[in-house]
Formats: sequence, C-alpha cells, structure tokens
Amino acid sequence: MTPIIELKGLVKSFGETHVLKGIDLSVKKSEVVVIIGPSGSGKSTLLRCVNFLEQPTGGVIFFNGDSLGIKKHNERWVKRAESELNLQRTKIGMVFQQFNLFPHMTALQNVIEAPIQVLGMKREEAQQLGVDLLNRVGLTDKKDFYPRALSGGQQQRVAIARALAMKPEVMLFDEATSALDPELVGEVLKVMKDLAKEGMTMMVVTHEMGFAKEVADRVVFMDQGIILEQGPPEQLFSNPKEARTSEFLRLVESV
Amino acid sequence: MGEQLSFWQFSFDVVIPRLFEGMGITLKLTLISGFLGLFWGLVLALVRISRSKVIRSLGLIYVTIFRGTPLLLQILFVYFAVPPLFDITLDSFPAGVLALSLNAGAYFAEIFRAAIESIPKGQMEAARALGMSYSKSMRRIIIPQTYKRLIPPVVNELAALTKDTSLVSVIALAELLYTTQRLGAKFLRPWEVYFWAAISYLILVVGLTVLAGHLERKLEKRGGV
Repeated sequence: MTPIIELKGLVKSFGETHVLKGIDLSVKKSEVVVIIGPSGSGKSTLLRCVNFLEQPTGGVIFFNGDSLGIKKHNERWVKRAESELNLQRTKIGMVFQQFNLFPHMTALQNVIEAPIQVLGMKREEAQQLGVDLLNRVGLTDKKDFYPRALSGGQQQRVAIARALAMKPEVMLFDEATSALDPELVGEVLKVMKDLAKEGMTMMVVTHEMGFAKEVADRVVFMDQGIILEQGPPEQLFSNPKEARTSEFLRLVESV
Repeated sequence: MGEQLSFWQFSFDVVIPRLFEGMGITLKLTLISGFLGLFWGLVLALVRISRSKVIRSLGLIYVTIFRGTPLLLQILFVYFAVPPLFDITLDSFPAGVLALSLNAGAYFAEIFRAAIESIPKGQMEAARALGMSYSKSMRRIIIPQTYKRLIPPVVNELAALTKDTSLVSVIALAELLYTTQRLGAKFLRPWEVYFWAAISYLILVVGLTVLAGHLERKLEKRGGV
C-alpha cells in the first residue's frame, strides 16, 4: 500500500541555516506519528513543509503518490500552479500552535468558510456540517461566539473542527497544546485522541510525552535537522538506542 | 454696498448662500476623490506587497513621487502640463479630481499596506492551509480584519483631503475657498467671508468624523475587529 505521506530526502535551509538535512519518512493510512525533539531540531519546519507552508529547498514530499507542490516537467522539478497546490492542501488539515482562528468570524463561520469558499459547498449543507463538527469537539453551544470570547482550549478545538470540515486525509498538529494554560491542555488532547481512535492519519509535533506514549503508533525523535531514531513508543521511551534521545527524554521527564 | 448690512444680515443674505454652492463642489470633490483615492490606494497597497520585486519597486516609486512633491504642484501639473502632452483638454473639475485621487491614493496605499502587514502571519497561513488561494485569503480573511484599525488613519487622511481640496482653487475651480476669495474681494468684508468659510470646512470634517465614529462602533460588535 502506498503511504499517504512520504518524504524523500527533504532538505530545508533558511539562507545559511540548514534546518532539515535530508529527512526520509513515510506515514501510512490511519497511522499516528508523533515527532519529538529539542527546540530547533526542525520538527515544526518539517510539519510546515508537509503542506507547503514552507517550500522545501530539496527533496520531494509525496502525498497519495503525487509530489506535493512541485511536479516533473521535462525531467525537471517545477512548482505546481497555485490552484493545483490549493487542491492538494484541502486534503491536508493543519492545526497551529497559535490556533489562528479568523477573529472576524464566529466559531461556526470559521468552520464553514473554507468548505463554502474552496469546495463550493452550499451554505445550508456547510452549516449542518459545521454544527456536527462543533458538536464533535464539544462546542455546539459556542457556535455563535467570536474567538475572543472563547478560551484557548475552546479556540483550538474550533480550529480542529475547521480543519476537519475539509474532510482531510491527514491532519498535522504543530504543537497544538503548547500555547495553552495547563488546565486547558487536556480538553484538546482528548479531541486529538478521539480523532486517532477514529482512524485519522495524524502527524503530531508535541511536547506532551504522555500523548505520545498513549496514542502514537510511532514516535520519531529529531535532532539538529535529522531523524535520529524512530520506533513504537514503548521501545523509544523505555529503550532508546541513541544517547541524545535518552538525554532529551530525561530532560523532558524530569520537569 | 454691504456697509450698511449687519454681520448677520450680510452673512445670511450674501455670504452663506454663495458659500453653500462652493461647499457643494468641495463636498463633491472630496467624495469623488476620496472614493477613487481609496480604491486606487488599495490597488497600490497590493502592488506594494506584491511577491514580485519589480512590481513592488514600481509601487514604491509611485508613492515616493506623490508623497515627495507638493500637492499644489501636482494639481498644476495635471491641469497645465499633462493635457498638451496627450493633445486633450481637461476641465478644472476632472483635473482636480484626478490630481487629488492620485495623491490621496499614495497616502491610502501606505495606510492599507501597514494595516495588512499588521495582521499576524498565521492568518494567511491558516487560510492557505485550508486550500484558499492568495487572492481569496486576502479578500475573505486578511482585508476584512483591517477595517476597524483602518478607520482612524483613513478618517485622518479624508479630513486632510477635505481641506486639501482648497488647493484646487488655483485652477479656478469654484469650490469653497475659490468662492470665498472671490466674495472677499468683491465685498471687502473679509471677516464674515473667511469666518463662514472656516465654519463650512469644519462642518464637513466634523460630519466625517461623526460618521466614522458610528462605523467604528458598528464594527466593534463584529468580534472586535
């Protein structure tokens, strides 16, 4: 079976700073891959490349077997037209650390904006979908609230509903709980766990080791722009092969 | 003549009716130039943040020229220097509107650009990640968030524009100031004439400010942005 996501030799540099130095990684359908690593290891950049918010400097990302954002033309890789990339992006949901809800729209409007504007869904149909999704993240009663009237945890759950409204094949979580007050982390993690249980394919960058242990099918440890090691959580957490991994785990778990 | 009339008689019988016409022209100039300037400013702002360096530079050159030279010169230029170049004639009203709009556009462009750039980068990223195109993201997500923060600087600029329309009097357009000067010269009673001209400009600018206040309070209800 072709993996949903496959990174081949992914390289990303910002000028002289080499953030990703050749990443190979594949994610199968319904797999939950959790990426951990010290700050500056390139894990967020990696995730942002997977929907082309960052354009890779080298290497290719395949999404359902198609190269993402670029294509072969006369034996050379060229950028895809914006409309082609947009179409690919509709199937890749992204949840951000800072939620990035649209502040001039209510929770429901946030959720239905892209289905209407991008997929051309009818308003009534989108609203039904939006209410269902808000219900799923436990926020039906907040549908007419503007983001500023919601807590961080509620905002992030709306953001998850907004991404799900596009019926994505894979969901990317970029430190989705890092900006939350500690008491609000749980409600967001619960939604993420439910999604994983329902078989959503997920790539999750997080500092929540508990989540990784409980939900991940595979944990990837990144350090200085490369994948240092990866494996099932029980193996990686209890029996890491690399000294850097155990050092990192010791630092995080001593907190 | 007029010597025997009291302040109020002279004001109501002679000055105010005539200034009223001038005020109408000033209002028309302000509204048309303001509207065109806003539209042109938005286009220029998008040019100024274009992803192409060449296009960006063209925008910068335009803004530099129109902010770097006196408006009075621009009005004279448009009225006297441009028409012969294209072998056309340009009346003072369209010439005035053109010069004021081109000038206001440069100022509005900078206001819009600053407002667009003040929206957190994550907003564009969230929109793009949902598959929205750049232009749709701008139209649906970024620009609507600038409305409220645009009101104060835009009102400021419109107030300046209202007063700047007086410069068009140099090309003999019978707007408020031109009418005022003619009246002053004719009746030799400058006090009443200039007093009522000042009141007229104040009415226009204060009216604008009140309108903007209403708009701002209305937008406040929409999520505070």
